[in-house]
Amino acid sequence: MSKILACTDGSVYAVSIYDHTAWAAERLGASVDVLHVLDHHRETASVSDLSGNLGMDASAELMARIAEVEAARGKVQIEKAKVILSDAKKRLAEDGVNEVNVIQRHGSLVSTVEEFEDGADLVIIGKRGESADFDKGHLGNNLERVIRISKIPVLVASRAFKPVEKFLIAFDGGASARKAVDYVANSSLLMGLECHVLMVGRGDSSADQKFASAREVLAVAGFKVKGEILDGDADEVIADYVIKQEIGLLVMGAYGHSKIRRMIVGSTTSEMVRTCQVPVLMFR
Amino acid sequence: MTFSSFFRRDEWISNPVKDLLAGTVVALALIPEAIAFSIIAGVDPKVGLYASFVIAVVTAFIGGRPAMISAATGAMVLVIVKLVKDHGVEYLLAATVLTGVIQMFAGAFKLGDHMRFVSKSVITGFVNALAIVIFMAQLPEFGLNPMQYMLPMVAGGLAIIYILPRFTKAVPSPLIAILVLTGIAYFLKMPLQTVGDKGELPSSWPSFLMPDIPWNWETLWIILPYSISLAVVGLAESLMTASIVDELTDTDSNKNQECGGQGVANIITGFFGGMAGCAMIGQSVINVKSGARTRLSTLWAGIFLLILVVVLGDFVAMIPMAALVAVMIMVSIGTFSWASLKNMKTYPRTSTAVMLATVATTLYTHNLAYGVGAGVLLSGIFFASKVAKLFSVTSRMERDGEMRTYLVSGQIFFASSAAFIDSFDFREVLTKVRIDMSRAHFWDISGVGALDKVVLKFRREGTEVELIGLNEANSTLVDRLGVHNKEGAEDLLSDH
Repeated sequence: MSKILACTDGSVYAVSIYDHTAWAAERLGASVDVLHVLDHHRETASVSDLSGNLGMDASAELMARIAEVEAARGKVQIEKAKVILSDAKKRLAEDGVNEVNVIQRHGSLVSTVEEFEDGADLVIIGKRGESADFDKGHLGNNLERVIRISKIPVLVASRAFKPVEKFLIAFDGGASARKAVDYVANSSLLMGLECHVLMVGRGDSSADQKFASAREVLAVAGFKVKGEILDGDADEVIADYVIKQEIGLLVMGAYGHSKIRRMIVGSTTSEMVRTCQVPVLMFR
Repeated sequence: MTFSSFFRRDEWISNPVKDLLAGTVVALALIPEAIAFSIIAGVDPKVGLYASFVIAVVTAFIGGRPAMISAATGAMVLVIVKLVKDHGVEYLLAATVLTGVIQMFAGAFKLGDHMRFVSKSVITGFVNALAIVIFMAQLPEFGLNPMQYMLPMVAGGLAIIYILPRFTKAVPSPLIAILVLTGIAYFLKMPLQTVGDKGELPSSWPSFLMPDIPWNWETLWIILPYSISLAVVGLAESLMTASIVDELTDTDSNKNQECGGQGVANIITGFFGGMAGCAMIGQSVINVKSGARTRLSTLWAGIFLLILVVVLGDFVAMIPMAALVAVMIMVSIGTFSWASLKNMKTYPRTSTAVMLATVATTLYTHNLAYGVGAGVLLSGIFFASKVAKLFSVTSRMERDGEMRTYLVSGQIFFASSAAFIDSFDFREVLTKVRIDMSRAHFWDISGVGALDKVVLKFRREGTEVELIGLNEANSTLVDRLGVHNKEGAEDLLSDH
């Protein structure tokens, strides 16, 4: 039996995450692990005192002070987390998923997902996280890093769930895009839905060939494929297409380029996730 | 290491405001140590200040522990006093480079993992010795300055440092102490020595220069012993500090990367006219206390330190030594483990003995490396003697007094081998002895040798010996090392 790992943080995306999870669980016939990570953000300071002096047993005393502050904070978080997870169970039950296992861990989301995705087939995460409301336009801090480390497909939930009828594969001929095509062809997740395949920019003949063979693979798998090759800027063209064709889910390969290159030229992946209002299924 | 792991967000910019503030506070605590210990080393303050700048900046990038502060330290200076006195500062720079090379090898060979052999008692002894040494290093200044000015100034400085934070924690009290003491000394024209009297301060960014020494074997033999001591002291203090920061921040660090990072920092420092340094316990605690969590704090501490000294050089030169002495006494008080005094009553005596041995050896040799060595050795011996008690030999008579079965259990090794042999009664007249080892473990050739001796002693009395229950680990060790089951065993044994 396959398994879905749904990452929640109780943010405004949480309900949508559960709905997406329920949808995927039903289509895949999968069980659900809901993961909630208490990230204590040890990379930021909880105590800051600029007095700059050192008293007797300075480090022991500082340790006691930091521990006290963090303990109080930790207790509040645990209480909050209990509420979040019981909400998750309730919502998933309403959506008809009863096989739900909740997991609560301390640590960072990224390392925890890495640890727990073993044995799972799909990770589901929200487009934005806890800081969604005052961080508009920015992707969830953890989203990109989760996608980068994840060895299994990641479904990025949009703000609200709508049942998916049409989906679009943004195809660039790259290895992760071909992985996406193979997954779609072999998984029950999108079986029977209307399938669009879009390639942006008339590449060389090898890209065209790959495009044709991708269509072929999908057709063999039983999809009615609508394929198109359009010119223009990939982000805009894809976003336009999604709106015009009322696409419900975008499927794409993610982060083909190195982090360094991305710092200079930007990333189509992050751009896509940001601009499209639909959920995105990502492959690395 | 890849480029991207170099710039991990949570190691650089996750906490920027607090890190920059902390770095600023720490820079103010780095300057006194760099200057004070340059003077003790017998070199210009610029040698220590350049070192602090370079080491802080380099370790910010390649150290293994974000938010830890490394710079020129008192611990390292103790080692090199004699080198500078006998051979001069150029040899110190060369020794610094060699120290770095040794530390890089230590990192490459993953010696950081072996910090676990340094017990908590040794670490406590180390910090206590370090605190005492830092304190004692301040005492000569009392002889060089008129006491009627020096004492009240230092006392006043300490009063400001410890009382001011009760009113405000927004400004570093050591900074205020330095400002106030400098103002008083200047306007009252006190006959106190100032930093400017002690030698040259940096007037520019450091520049690359080759140590001016004959590059030959003789030089190597001069600097090598110093470099080895420096490498050990530097790594010991750095790894201890890293553990303290790990604990305070509840995060992990890469100890082997830290060893390599200290090495690279020292190599670069040596070529830029700085002396060897390492992580600093006191300043790292100040850093974390001020809210630092990332590498940014260390980088900024180094840069800000040099900006201060270069831009405000004239002011720094005016600072009376009394102010630096007050700050260093604070560092000493903060480094010392006062709890260890109280714990002496409750802790096992062996732990206290290890701690005291570390302190005593350091104070006697003026070298923390020897202190750590003595502590580790003593804790090893204590441990061995405790484990040596974990064995027992019982026996029972069988077959109407014809045979005795000895049941051995526990740990048989060098420290328990003599007691092991004594547990057998060789005078008893028997036809057969059976030794059941199923619950024993032989650790080394001393243990195996003891078993051999027992077996052969019985055999020479004409007693047949049967060994049973040797588990696999025992039997391989016994087979490989033992002689009793080989031909001519009696001859071999008599050679021993």
